[in-house]
Amino acid sequence: MTSSPAPAARLARPLIELREVEKYYGDYYALRKITTDIREGEFFSLLGPSGCGKTTLLRCIAGFEDISGGHLAIDGKDMEDVPANKRPTNMVFQSYAIFPHLTVEENVGFGLRRDPSSKEDKARRVAEALEMVGLKGFGKRAAHALSGGQRQRVALARALILKPRVLLLDEPLSALDKKMREQMQSELRKLQRQVGITFILVTHDQEEALIMSDRIAVMFEGEIAQLDSPERLYRRPISRKVAEFIGIMNFLPAQVLSTGPQIALDVAGLGQIGIDAEQCPGTPRTGEASVGFRPETMTVLYDGDPEPTRGKVAQGTVEEVVYFGDMSYYEVRLEGVEKPVQISMRNVVGRPVLPRGSRTRIAWEAGALVLFCEPKG
Amino acid sequence: MKRRSFLRSEAGHGLLMLSPTALYATIVMAAPLVAVFVFSFMTPGYLKVVWTFTLNNYAKVFSSPIYTALLGRSLMTSGVVTAVTVLTAFPIAYFISFYVSPARKSLWLFLITIPFWTSYLIRVFLWKVILGYNGVINSAFLGLGIIHEPMTFLLYNMNSVVITLAHSYAPFAILPIFVALEKIDRSLLEAGQDLGESRFMTFIRVTLPLAMSGVVASVLIVFIPTAGDYVTPTLVGGANGQMIANVIQLQYFKLGDYPMGSAVSITAMAVVTAMALVFVFLNRRFLRGPK
Repeated sequence: MTSSPAPAARLARPLIELREVEKYYGDYYALRKITTDIREGEFFSLLGPSGCGKTTLLRCIAGFEDISGGHLAIDGKDMEDVPANKRPTNMVFQSYAIFPHLTVEENVGFGLRRDPSSKEDKARRVAEALEMVGLKGFGKRAAHALSGGQRQRVALARALILKPRVLLLDEPLSALDKKMREQMQSELRKLQRQVGITFILVTHDQEEALIMSDRIAVMFEGEIAQLDSPERLYRRPISRKVAEFIGIMNFLPAQVLSTGPQIALDVAGLGQIGIDAEQCPGTPRTGEASVGFRPETMTVLYDGDPEPTRGKVAQGTVEEVVYFGDMSYYEVRLEGVEKPVQISMRNVVGRPVLPRGSRTRIAWEAGALVLFCEPKG
Repeated sequence: MKRRSFLRSEAGHGLLMLSPTALYATIVMAAPLVAVFVFSFMTPGYLKVVWTFTLNNYAKVFSSPIYTALLGRSLMTSGVVTAVTVLTAFPIAYFISFYVSPARKSLWLFLITIPFWTSYLIRVFLWKVILGYNGVINSAFLGLGIIHEPMTFLLYNMNSVVITLAHSYAPFAILPIFVALEKIDRSLLEAGQDLGESRFMTFIRVTLPLAMSGVVASVLIVFIPTAGDYVTPTLVGGANGQMIANVIQLQYFKLGDYPMGSAVSITAMAVVTAMALVFVFLNRRFLRGPK
């Protein structure tokens, strides 16, 4: 179900242990009692909107910020009195922090000064690190003559050459253009598998987190709202807030009639249905609730299409259609629901896009629904 | 028609806007310099210049020990002043840049300029009051019983010249270093520590090289004018604190020997320029200063 883990992840022992880690500035809490483990060899992402504390948490792990409370251990060793330069972590900064007065080579070899190996050995390792990030032959260039993508690679090589236990990445791709970003996403993922080092990525881009991570911690207001694999996070978000932050989710008001292994619901526009308890990631209880589903889990049926064997059908009207070439995006008003729901469909030859105003049937599977029993917000 | 289009062009506008300043600079800077340069090759006559070409003035500058000795002392004094000023300015600039909260930085810079509110002459006189035989320092030390007779090495020698000049030029040294430090991206310092260096080594390997542009500017700003300073040695230098500018003044206004004074001036200028260029070159070559 999840993507194949990196080889080292099989050990799955916690490399970083966070126990009730707090950080406050005066009476402003940046981190509130964060308790979690980050495993050896995994690609771990901290995802959240700006100001959620994700960068603060990263900087606490790096040692640039002291934690105000709780415990932080790396590799079983408490980090309380360990300064940043003694920690087994290295960081790729958001601004890349390439030393402008040094060449590419000197930047990459910066951390090797205290290394006892010979000059030739160091030069060879610098060359290897540059080759690994695709900058072979760039060693003699001045750092200020590099493009954004190249700076990024230098920053990566400079950190990885020290073979850290953990590589910390602070929004490393946010300054790149879209194409470069996509390329670096896949390169970073490959690089992480290749070197087997634990990566912790801070990002506000949910797509980036989904593409790259083994596990994602979604943070809001200094707390981890949900920590899960990308697929679990997308399919079973724990709250409406998480659901809204990751991808698009449609919500329908619902009434929970009974709970148990099967939950009986009355959903506006879909009617009375039963779902598995597994489809409610929170605590199910009777009363007002809402039901969510992703745009691609519903299908707009054409006239004459047979009803699906599994799953159900609802009635609706096409309010809006956007044609995207490979995909079409529909806004469909379900009967008895005011806000139209969004449905995305892959376009198929011989099936023209339905015009606005069409009366249509919507097919859906009960397994695609997620039930949120939290108080209405 | 063509003239009109030139005046309307961007270059024309630029030159027009520049011309008053350029004219001013020509009249008050370039013209006197040219005059001094021409004078230095002419034959001396009391209070006037005899218009016959000669190299005798320069021959005298390099052959008579008084000029070379004074030039040497000027460069020496100015070198010491520069070292003292820049070395004391750096920690101050560093403190303001790294430890003063951003909201208070301009207040600190403002405080540093306070000495400029009084005239240069008055500040030099004040140092006389502080360093003199019956001055503040001597009275205080005598009163405290630390010394039993006033110290005489404070005033009317090179020490007093160095102290006075270092004080006068402190803001000129602080500001360029401060600007260079302000420009350093703070994440570079975190990167230095992240890559295993202590705070001190990060300072040596990152902060200092990146601040060198400011240090170089400070050195030049202090060294060049202090080498030719005239007021301070006159007032607090005594007989052993005289510098090259004093002898130039002597030639011009006491002896009325314009060509000789000009030759000493041109020589001093040439030497200072050469030293400044050598300094900048060495810095670029070995310390990776500004590119």
